[in-house]
Amino acid sequence: MREALVAEWTKLRTLSGTAWLLIGAVGLTVAASAAIAATTHISSGGGQDPTKLALSGVELGQMVLVAFAISAISEEYGTGMILLSLAAVPRRRVLLAAKAANVGFMAILTGVLAVAGCLLVGHQMLPAAGLDAVHGYAPVSISQGPTLRAAGGTVLYFVLVALLSLGVATAVRETAVSIGAALGLLYLPPILAQLLSEPLRRLIQQIAPMSAGLAIQNTTKLRSAPIAPWSGLGVLAAWALAALFLGGLLLRLRDA
Amino acid sequence: MTWAPSSATVGLRDLVDLLRSEWTKFRTVRGWLIGLLLAAMLCVLFTFLVADGGHEGGCSGPPTPGAGPNSPGSGCYTGHPFVPTGPDGEAVADTYQFVGKKMTGNDMITARVTSLTGLTSTNPGNVAPSLSATRPGLAGWAKAGIMVTSSTVQGSPYAAVMATGGHGVRFQYDYSHDRPGRPGAVSASSPRWLRLTRVDDTLTGYDSIDGANWTKIATTSVGGLPAAVNVGLFATSPLSFQASGGGAPTRATARFDKVMIAGRSVRGAWRAHTVGTGARDFYPSLGAGTSRRSGNSFLLAGSGDVAPAVNPIAGGDSAAETLLFGLIVSLIVVIVVATMFITVEYRRGLIRTTFAATPRRGRVLAAKVIVAGGVAFATGAAAAAVAIPFGEHILEANGNYVFPADALTVASVIAGVGALVALTAVAAVALGTIARRSAGAVTAGIILFVLPYIIGSFASASTQEWLFRLTPAAGFSVLGVLPRSALVESTYTMTNGYYPLSPWAGLAVLCVYAAIAVGLANLVLKRRDA
Repeated sequence: MREALVAEWTKLRTLSGTAWLLIGAVGLTVAASAAIAATTHISSGGGQDPTKLALSGVELGQMVLVAFAISAISEEYGTGMILLSLAAVPRRRVLLAAKAANVGFMAILTGVLAVAGCLLVGHQMLPAAGLDAVHGYAPVSISQGPTLRAAGGTVLYFVLVALLSLGVATAVRETAVSIGAALGLLYLPPILAQLLSEPLRRLIQQIAPMSAGLAIQNTTKLRSAPIAPWSGLGVLAAWALAALFLGGLLLRLRDA
Repeated sequence: MTWAPSSATVGLRDLVDLLRSEWTKFRTVRGWLIGLLLAAMLCVLFTFLVADGGHEGGCSGPPTPGAGPNSPGSGCYTGHPFVPTGPDGEAVADTYQFVGKKMTGNDMITARVTSLTGLTSTNPGNVAPSLSATRPGLAGWAKAGIMVTSSTVQGSPYAAVMATGGHGVRFQYDYSHDRPGRPGAVSASSPRWLRLTRVDDTLTGYDSIDGANWTKIATTSVGGLPAAVNVGLFATSPLSFQASGGGAPTRATARFDKVMIAGRSVRGAWRAHTVGTGARDFYPSLGAGTSRRSGNSFLLAGSGDVAPAVNPIAGGDSAAETLLFGLIVSLIVVIVVATMFITVEYRRGLIRTTFAATPRRGRVLAAKVIVAGGVAFATGAAAAAVAIPFGEHILEANGNYVFPADALTVASVIAGVGALVALTAVAAVALGTIARRSAGAVTAGIILFVLPYIIGSFASASTQEWLFRLTPAAGFSVLGVLPRSALVESTYTMTNGYYPLSPWAGLAVLCVYAAIAVGLANLVLKRRDA
């Protein structure tokens, strides 16, 4: 197992795209948060959630992470490298576990940097948008319990989304199709929920990976949210586990 | 002298050969064909889900045999109010106060309008409008004048000359047709004389400031006029959107004198009708219409509109709107397939064989773009052709009002959706050529062509409007078929289903993005080692 981990780490580390993709994910997340903070104004509606606003860039930045996690395995299929990897590590579940551990580690790295950037942006920019003490908003800071939970949970969200993507890619094997499927799975249900009426809407918001997982970012109005923060993250974890399990099963059963 | 083919003929033949080889490459990959089939099927499936998502009321009790779900006398109690259909088959508002006589021959009516004043409801949108909660305020399209109409049934053909609140004298007929007359407001010191003459089906409107010198505004032939028509005075006043977003009902009061109906064919007494203010009629009105007569002078008060019906007043849907989400789903599939059409060649090294066979790389790109675009057009158009009638059926079955759409409108939406999917596929091929790798190209394709729509559906209304104006999401304007009219004041915004760009302008914006992508792809393809 240790050799497999090190081998996967070397492969992932030495790919030229890895660093750029992860920098891109952090940059896109923080930039999107900054753009949203810049266009937010207190007049656009009361009762806002500053922490959620500061972290909302995740919705965009996760795209790059998805592409990264998918490439980690599907590009091996594309180039035929997978045959070599499986020759070196014949126990396929071990190979997938090693990949998952490495992709997860990269996602933690990305998540910590992105969340730190987002919180900084929120701390600096949101008071200027009118979300300040005068209007009853505390500055965004991880010294507050709910914000700390949202920040830590968002890092976990990154990890789970990366693992979900890895599982999808292991099952699908084709880069383009995997990206289409993973992004569709993340982005389409929330929009569909908007177009439908209750109770279908609430149901989709409770079981869809992105809307449920991002519930971890809620720090206000927890009662009216479709799903509680940690339960939401649990739903996403179930999706990620299911995808990894399916990917692992197909990897074991199928000819590479 | 021997015949030699011109270089143009050779070029054309080369292109045809190239197209054939690219088409063979495409159609022999079973996964791609299945992918496109899936795209079309997902589009229809999600159209069904979205159309089925919005129920409006329902049928309580068995429907009356022979009565449509929208007709006012129907026993079936559907969720939406009654929206009349005009002579051109379009949805219309037909709610007004009328006082008139029957006329059988070719005669004329003259009247002088000496005042036109208005009231605007001050009740919030969720409280029924009442005459006890009003402020003075005349709507711009408040109308008072003389009218010839085939009957007082809603949606009947008519022609009318009228004074308006803010648009001067107008000659209007059959709801959507309008000719301007003398500008300026009506007052006791500056009254307006109006005249309408009928010669069989031909109606002519005149106006005058003194009743002696008449100016002809326009002549029209109104189809479907019976021998016996109603001729008389009318007043109405539409919703005002000046104050708030919801629209406030208004009421206009008009004073007429020197009313004269010349001719022997006009018989009977003056009779008042309040048209289109029943409990099931859609147009909100402020107070009941009234008419008072003393000799040749009349005082009419009315509320409503005689004009095309638009949203949000009519609260209607269009099947094209329910197509949007399914279209997004199929766009993702099409982006994936179109990108792979080129990235797979790079991955497998086939691209080197392709360029060995056709060294002119621009032509290879052109052939790929044409094949991908053509296939995508067929996919999009086929999906729309199935989904639109299907969505309309589901919407109606669930008691929603669907704006009538003629065959030409439906055909243009189908073609527009095809073009939208085709342009997206063309851009995806170009992105695949630039990136050479699927991961980057598919992500870029989804960011460019799908994400603006997704961001828009969660962003504020003004952000959404800008996204649908400037980004490739402008292409979705091809789905904008809700009726809009310069004769009706309303909030034509995205929250009410109106796109900021017209269908073809939106498609042109998308076309610019696709052209830039193809241009860049062509440039890097020629400069770079394969």
